[in-house]
Amino acid sequence: MTTEPVIRHYGPKAYSDYPPFSYPDYKSTVLRGPSQDLLTIVQTLSETTGPGPVWADISEEDADLTTNAGTGQPAIGERIIVTGHVYDEDGKGMPGVIMEIWQANACGRYVHWRETAFPAPLDPNFIGVGQCITNEAGEYRFLTIKPGPYPWGNHPNAWRPAHIHISILGPSLGSRLVTQMYFENDPLFPHDPIYNSVPEHARHRMIARYDHDVTEENWALGWRWDIVLRGKAATPFENGDSE
Amino acid sequence: MTGSAQTPSQTVGPYFSMRLSGEGENILTTSDDRIVIEGKVIDGAGSHIEDALLEIWQAGPSGRYAHPDDTRDLALEPGFTGFGRAASAFETGEYRFQTLKPGPVPDAEGEDQAPHISLIIQGRGMLNAVFTRIYFSDEEEANADDLVLRGVPAARRGTLIAELQEGSDPPTYRFDIRMQGDDETVFFDF
Repeated sequence: MTTEPVIRHYGPKAYSDYPPFSYPDYKSTVLRGPSQDLLTIVQTLSETTGPGPVWADISEEDADLTTNAGTGQPAIGERIIVTGHVYDEDGKGMPGVIMEIWQANACGRYVHWRETAFPAPLDPNFIGVGQCITNEAGEYRFLTIKPGPYPWGNHPNAWRPAHIHISILGPSLGSRLVTQMYFENDPLFPHDPIYNSVPEHARHRMIARYDHDVTEENWALGWRWDIVLRGKAATPFENGDSE
Repeated sequence: MTGSAQTPSQTVGPYFSMRLSGEGENILTTSDDRIVIEGKVIDGAGSHIEDALLEIWQAGPSGRYAHPDDTRDLALEPGFTGFGRAASAFETGEYRFQTLKPGPVPDAEGEDQAPHISLIIQGRGMLNAVFTRIYFSDEEEANADDLVLRGVPAARRGTLIAELQEGSDPPTYRFDIRMQGDDETVFFDF
């Protein structure tokens, strides 16, 4: 125990790789993102800490979405393994990162009370949510069902490419990330404004690749997707020191 | 791996509450010392946002964060994580947290900051998370000295201050969030 906290200064958020706040092709963005410039503040303990570590301590893995409905029966659909690493910007694996996922079922149907328009069946054995905590090497692994594409009301004949929503709680507030993982070669990519809201050069970072080494014989196809969170493996220093 | 470049953000979409903001995640404490923070999330047309995700991160009453980097010799409230999640209500856009008032946390110069709670807002139609801070109207003196607040144009400072509701018990602070417009909430980059 010391009297001074550790302050890790995180590098900047890569705004040029992020979507804009307002992206008119995705209609509901227009009224929901800030219109004034963000105000830059100096990082303090409030920004360099975050809920990841304490939340990881009280959370459990719930990484098998094919059985976690708890019915004793397996979910229907194409069983897949989704695995990879969470890295920092130096390529160092990040342990203890919480990954929470939610997704549609094999038919593209979400288990949510607001989903009433799409006449696709629910699967009583699939709830579409799960959680992983990265291991010492920064690896995660889910067993799930490949989600189906899903229609939405943004524009005529609008369909989302198959995707899994991922919430990531890293070690700091600045590394908070929610994103979506897509599957390579999806024919809906050119038609999806949410996917295309990300600058072209960075879109591939949201795409999982088929990996035959992850595939397990007579069991499940394997997909690999790595995530890079904001943050260098910076040398921490005591509050009050100069850089 | 895909190079060491940051993975970009995407919207939480309309169905995040399948996993995020589960029942009780907005109740950080049931202590007699609890406070309530409540408010509404409002879009650029003045309509309530029916599917926003709000996350708070804060120090405990001593000013210490439940985080391994906060090694200061200060008390940690047992069982208090400082993290909470709420979804805005579909019909009204209202959210609510029950928590403890945070103590002071040092600023970049080692001086105390005014008590504050970090707030992350996401939602359908938000491709990126936005970050702000909740300060408290009954901390006038500390607010006046706060480095972050002093850096905010005076006309916009009020958007960061939660108003204590007179006579409320437990003490209840009102903090509305306006995503756009003349009285747009100040959002931070750090």
